[in-house]
Amino acid sequence: MVEQTPAISLRGLTKSFGSVTAVSNLDLEIKSGEFFSMLGPSGSGKTTVLRMIAGFELPTSGHVFLDGEDVTTKAPFDRDVNTVFQDYALFPHMTVLENVAYGLRVRGVGKREREAAAVEALSTVRLADFGGRKPSELSGGQRQRVALARAIIVKPKVLLLDEPLGALDLKLREQMQIELKELQRELAITFIFVTHDQEEALTLSDRVAVFNQGRIEQIGSPQELYERPQTPFVAGFVGTTNLLEPQDTQALFGKAIKGSIRPERIKLTTQNSVATHSGKVIEAIYVGSATRVHIKLDAGPEVTALVLSGSDSSESWSRNQEVQVVLNEKDLVQLETK
Amino acid sequence: MIENPVGKTMKGSDISAPKSFAHRVSSRLYTNAKLRLRLLIATPLLWLALVYVAALLALFVTAFWTMDSFTGEIRADWNIENFVKLFTNSLYQTVTLRTLGIALLVTVVDILIALPIAFFMAKIASPRMRGILVISILMPLWASYLVKAYAWRSVLSNEGILQWLLRPLGLDTPGYSLVGAALTLGYIWLPYVILPIYTGLEKVPQNILEASSDLGAKTWSTLRLIVFPLLLPAIAAGSIFAFSLTMGDYITINIVGGATQMLGNLVYTNVGTANNLPMAAAIAMIPIAIMFIYLSVIRKTGALDNL
Repeated sequence: MVEQTPAISLRGLTKSFGSVTAVSNLDLEIKSGEFFSMLGPSGSGKTTVLRMIAGFELPTSGHVFLDGEDVTTKAPFDRDVNTVFQDYALFPHMTVLENVAYGLRVRGVGKREREAAAVEALSTVRLADFGGRKPSELSGGQRQRVALARAIIVKPKVLLLDEPLGALDLKLREQMQIELKELQRELAITFIFVTHDQEEALTLSDRVAVFNQGRIEQIGSPQELYERPQTPFVAGFVGTTNLLEPQDTQALFGKAIKGSIRPERIKLTTQNSVATHSGKVIEAIYVGSATRVHIKLDAGPEVTALVLSGSDSSESWSRNQEVQVVLNEKDLVQLETK
Repeated sequence: MIENPVGKTMKGSDISAPKSFAHRVSSRLYTNAKLRLRLLIATPLLWLALVYVAALLALFVTAFWTMDSFTGEIRADWNIENFVKLFTNSLYQTVTLRTLGIALLVTVVDILIALPIAFFMAKIASPRMRGILVISILMPLWASYLVKAYAWRSVLSNEGILQWLLRPLGLDTPGYSLVGAALTLGYIWLPYVILPIYTGLEKVPQNILEASSDLGAKTWSTLRLIVFPLLLPAIAAGSIFAFSLTMGDYITINIVGGATQMLGNLVYTNVGTANNLPMAAAIAMIPIAIMFIYLSVIRKTGALDNL
């Protein structure tokens, strides 16, 4: 069977700024048509990787392949990828329509033709009536959509999105997430999405690469990353978790491993039994849909349990209350130790 | 003290003490923004009105007077003879066109030199290099205008450094001439053109240039479609300095211009040698009128917001 050529392939990619290594010997393949996210804290190298794919930075060593072709040293205008910038980077002296038509204009497409295409692109982002405005007359969410329309009008093979929703407020962000996902399905082009928001990455992506200190910690589907994190960093960065040291797991499960157990997998009860561990509530924080209960176990570690509002054990927990904690060994995920 | 519930403390009694005059003035000023603004601009406004507007008006009025050619006395009998002379005598037309020509030439040359320097400073140079460049561009402004003009007199002279440099190429120094004057003026006003363009370029965000090349624009298209339009107000702002300062110059042209005359020289001769103040005033109206037209054209680019 012939393997499909990956949309993007990075081989041994390294980028140093002076003595600082931003990206270190990175290998990555992104499939065609995939919604791929690069997730990581700021300074983890994800944006630098994106900029090397776009051509704004030259790698110190390594190669970038676009659709099988080595584009490592090619200028941005010679690459079939487009970028949606974090702060949109719209051209302030042009109207929305001129902004969107720009990519066609520099390709020598005639005025009438490119403007018709721009109107069409604007209507895919539901801004058909805004062509005559200047970017300064738009709201953040509208600018975001103009930046999207401007990038997709030239029909790139790959669309790079650099924290595009970072500047929007929560409601708008959730709405734009849905629109982005729909747009990607509609256009069937590869999206590479950079974000530090783990929820956003999990919601949108087919696959996610978790970045830490210039390296990829783990690549996987959102489910894999959440259910089966491989390293303490991934377990802690994707969602919240209880990290357990070997002596804790020894005490609780009878085996000494470095492990993670998700707060929502921990059940609380007041009835004592052989299967439970007793402890004391340190703090219970009500967050609306659930209550986060911090517990000091008699066996040693402190754990956090997430109790959904309206569930069996959602009776109000209060400080210093005695509690019984149910921990299932199947919910314990073993993590790699370095 | 009794009425004050927190009157026990020192602070409390301080607050209830009668307010000083200065205190009342400050609190009045603090709450009354209009009064504050009026007081603030009163002095400079008065200065502007007296020294600037009144002087200009006096100049304008004087232009309609005459000088008695026998006694040399200035008489306030109103007529437009001076202006008739300006429009009919070919000397004034020639000198006006020449002055305008030099001013435009100096402006264009300065912009062409300033653009790459400013671009290098704003977008390419390291912060250290940028600092060095800013200082070396500002440095000549510390030297007197006269010193610089005389320095160029030596540069342009026969057996001067320019001749020494150009001779191997089969060229010669332009000497003390129109070209020499344009070179000198171009040199003297260059910092005034570089600085606004540099500031303008600094204001163009890097990611807009990246977005342009990302969308497929090659370097030249980015310069033409993005950088230049965004920079136009800054270029226009820089041109105001080079243009207006050249329009009014009469010293440099005397030092390095040979026998060439500009409008400033005509004004100077009429004030000094001929003592014909009304004629000088009339001639002075020409650069003022040209500058007025220039500024109203340039205002449309938004340059005046960039000064």
